[in-house]
Amino acid sequence: MIQKLPAKKMVVTGDYAAAYGALLCDVDVVAAYPITPQTLIVEEFSNFVNDGITDAEFIMVESEHSAMSACIAAQAAGARTYTATASQGLALMHEMLFIASALRLPIVMPVVNRTVAAPIGIWCEHNDSMPQRDTGWIQMACEDNQEVLDMIIMAYKIGERKDVLLPVMPCLDAFILSHTVEPVDAPSSDEVADFIGKYEPHAMLDPDNPMAIGTFTPPEYIQELRYQNHVAMENAKKAIKEVTKEFADEFGRDYHGLIEEYKCDDAEVVLITVGTVTGTAREVVDKLRQQGKKVGLIKLRFYRPFPREELRSIAENVEAIGVYDRAISYGSGGPLFIETRNALYGMDVPVLNFLAGLGGRDVVTGDVEKMYEILMKAKDSKPDKEIYWIGTRGVSI
Amino acid sequence: MEIEAETHPLDKYLRTDRIPHIWCPGCGLGTVLNCFLHALEESDIDLKNLAIVSGIGCTGRVAGYLNVDSYHTTHGRAIPFATGLKLANPKLKVVVFSGDGDLFAIGGNHFIHAARRNIDMTVICVNNYNYGMTGGQLGPTTPLEAKTTTSPYGNVEHPFNLCHVAAASGAVYVARWTALHVRRLKESMKEALNKKGFTFIEVIASCPTTYGRRNKMPTGLDTMRYYKEKSVIKHGIDPSEADIEIGGDIIVGKFVDIEKPTFDEILKKLEEKIK
Ligand SMILES: Cc1ncc(C[n+]2csc(CCOP(=O)(O)OP(=O)(O)O)c2C)c(N)n1
Ligand code: SF4
Ligand SMILES: [Mg+2]
Repeated sequence: MIQKLPAKKMVVTGDYAAAYGALLCDVDVVAAYPITPQTLIVEEFSNFVNDGITDAEFIMVESEHSAMSACIAAQAAGARTYTATASQGLALMHEMLFIASALRLPIVMPVVNRTVAAPIGIWCEHNDSMPQRDTGWIQMACEDNQEVLDMIIMAYKIGERKDVLLPVMPCLDAFILSHTVEPVDAPSSDEVADFIGKYEPHAMLDPDNPMAIGTFTPPEYIQELRYQNHVAMENAKKAIKEVTKEFADEFGRDYHGLIEEYKCDDAEVVLITVGTVTGTAREVVDKLRQQGKKVGLIKLRFYRPFPREELRSIAENVEAIGVYDRAISYGSGGPLFIETRNALYGMDVPVLNFLAGLGGRDVVTGDVEKMYEILMKAKDSKPDKEIYWIGTRGVSI
Repeated sequence: MEIEAETHPLDKYLRTDRIPHIWCPGCGLGTVLNCFLHALEESDIDLKNLAIVSGIGCTGRVAGYLNVDSYHTTHGRAIPFATGLKLANPKLKVVVFSGDGDLFAIGGNHFIHAARRNIDMTVICVNNYNYGMTGGQLGPTTPLEAKTTTSPYGNVEHPFNLCHVAAASGAVYVARWTALHVRRLKESMKEALNKKGFTFIEVIASCPTTYGRRNKMPTGLDTMRYYKEKSVIKHGIDPSEADIEIGGDIIVGKFVDIEKPTFDEILKKLEEKIK
C-alpha cells in the first residue's frame, strides 16, 4: 500500500522518474543490487520505503542474479515486483530473464543502457539490453524522463494483461536521461491505481492449493509452451497499441503505440532512431524540412515485439530508410538494422545502417545530418555499402 | 639533512602515469596500498612472478595502479580469475585485492570455494562497510544499524564476520587490521605473501565520502581516531569471537596460521601416484 500521492509537476532525473513510476504503481516487492547509472533508482525507492510512503518490501540482495531470482519468486507468490539494472548487471541476470518470461511473470525492470565491458565504461550504449532480445521480455526505449515515468505505468498495464503476461524492460539512456533533470508530470496515485488496476496473478504459489512451477518438462510439452510465449509476444503488439491509446485518453500524452512517426507523410527518406538520439534527430528533420528536403523520422519505441507491420507500411512510400544503432552485432550490423531489414524482406527499398554514439560518445546534430545526407544520396543512386560508422576514427564514410 | 631524489623509492611498484589516483581525501585505500608496497619492498618477491587481480570497486582500482601483471576483472570474479592464473602457472604469486562487496556479496561463493580448496593465493579485502564506488549502499559487512544510502534509518541485516568466514571455509592464514595499524598490517602482508596456501587479510578502512559521513565519522581522521580508541589486539583468538558491531571493540590480530596441503600439492601427489 502507498500513501495517497497527489498529481504533481516534478523536475527530476530519469532515475527518479523510474523510481517514482514504480511507487505510483504500488509495487509490493523490490529486490536490487546497485550499479551505475541505475543506482539512483533503487536508492530513491529505498527512500520511499524508509520514509513510510510505501510499505513495499525492499531488499538489497547480493547480486543482480539474486535480484531477478527474488523478483521471480515474489511475483510467483502473487506480488507485483520491480527491479532495475544496467550493463554488467543485466548480463549477469541473463539466465533468470528467460525464467521470468517463460513463467509468464509480468515483472517490470527499467534498464539504464550502459556499455558492457571490456573495456569498462559507464556511458550510454545499447549493447546491454539488445542482446536480451531472445529472453522473451517486452523491450522498449524511452526518449525523455516523462516517457520513463509513463512507460513504467504502461509497462505494468501491458505486461499484466491476460493475453500478454510477459515481463517488460523499459530502457533509458545512461546519464543522458538517468542523471539529467527534466520537468515531468506525475499523475496521482489514485489515477494510476484506476488505470492499471489490481494485479491478479494467473497462477500463484498458495499453500492451500499447492502447485509446482518451472519443473522438469519433457519434449512432449515444451514446444507448445514456446509457441504460447510467441503468441503472447504477438498479442503484446495489440496490447501496446490499446494501452498507449487508453493512456492518451486518460493522461493526455500520446505515444502512438510501437512507433512514433515524425513528418513521415510525404517523406522521401526516413531515419529510424531509438532512445535519446530521437530528440536530436527531430531538430535535424525540422532544419532539413526548412530547406525543402523531404525527410522523416521514425522513433522506434519497441524492439520486442518488433513493429514489423508499421514499418512495412511506411516503407511502401519512401525511397530509402536509415536505421540508427547504438550497438553492434559483430560481423553483421546494428541489431535494429538487422531486425528492420528482416521486417522489410521482399520490399524494394534500400536500408542503410548508421552506427554512432558507441561507448557513450555524443551524437550531435551534425552526425544526424550526415545520416540524412547519405540517405538522400541513396535514394538517387544505389549505395555501395550498407553500414556507415559515423564519426569513427580511421573509418571513412 | 637534504634529501635528493628524482622519484619516490616505491615508485617502481606503481604505474606513475596513472597517479594521481581517484580515491577521495581521507580514504583508507591509499594507506593500505602503501603498506602493500612496503611489504613488497621488504619481502624478496620477484615482481616478474607476481600477479595482482582485482574486481570492481574503489578497492578494485588497485590492480590498475600497481606496476606488475594485473587484471581488473568483472565485479565479483577476481578469485576465479586468480584461480585460473594459478592453475596455468603454479609458480606465480597471486594476490587478490578487492572490496568487501566484490569479494563477499556478488563474489562470495568464489571466496569460500577457493579457501576450501586451499588454492595458493593471498586475498586482501579492504572492508569499508559499504559499496563505496556505487555511492554507499549497504553490503554484506555493513554493521547492524549503520546508516547507508539504502538504509537511511539503520541497517537491519546481520553482517558477515569476514575472518570467521575465511577460517570456517579453510583459509590457512587469517588476520585483521585497520588502516591505522600500518606496521602490523605490512608485517601481516609479508607473512601472507610468504605462506603457501589460501591466506586472507581483512583491512578495515575508512570511506569518509559514502560511509563515514552518514555514521558520525565525516573525515578520515575521525575514523582513524575511532580505530585508535576501539581496536583491541587479540592474536590467536577464535575469529567467531571477533564480530564487528557499531560502537563495539574492533578485535584485530592474527587469528589463524596453520599448515595444510594446497590444491597444487595434492594434485601433484595424485599425478605422481597414477603415473
Ligand atoms: C555485475 C555488476 N553489478 C554491479 C556492479 C556495480 N558495482 C561496481 S563496484 C560495486 C561495489 C563495490 O563495493 P566494494 O567491493 O565493497 O568496493 P569499494 O568500492 O567499497 O572499495 C558495484 C555494486 C558491477 N560493476 N557489476
Ligand atoms: S568512495 Fe569511499 S572507498 Fe571510494 S575512494 Fe571515496 S572514500 Fe575511498
Ligand atoms: Mg566496500
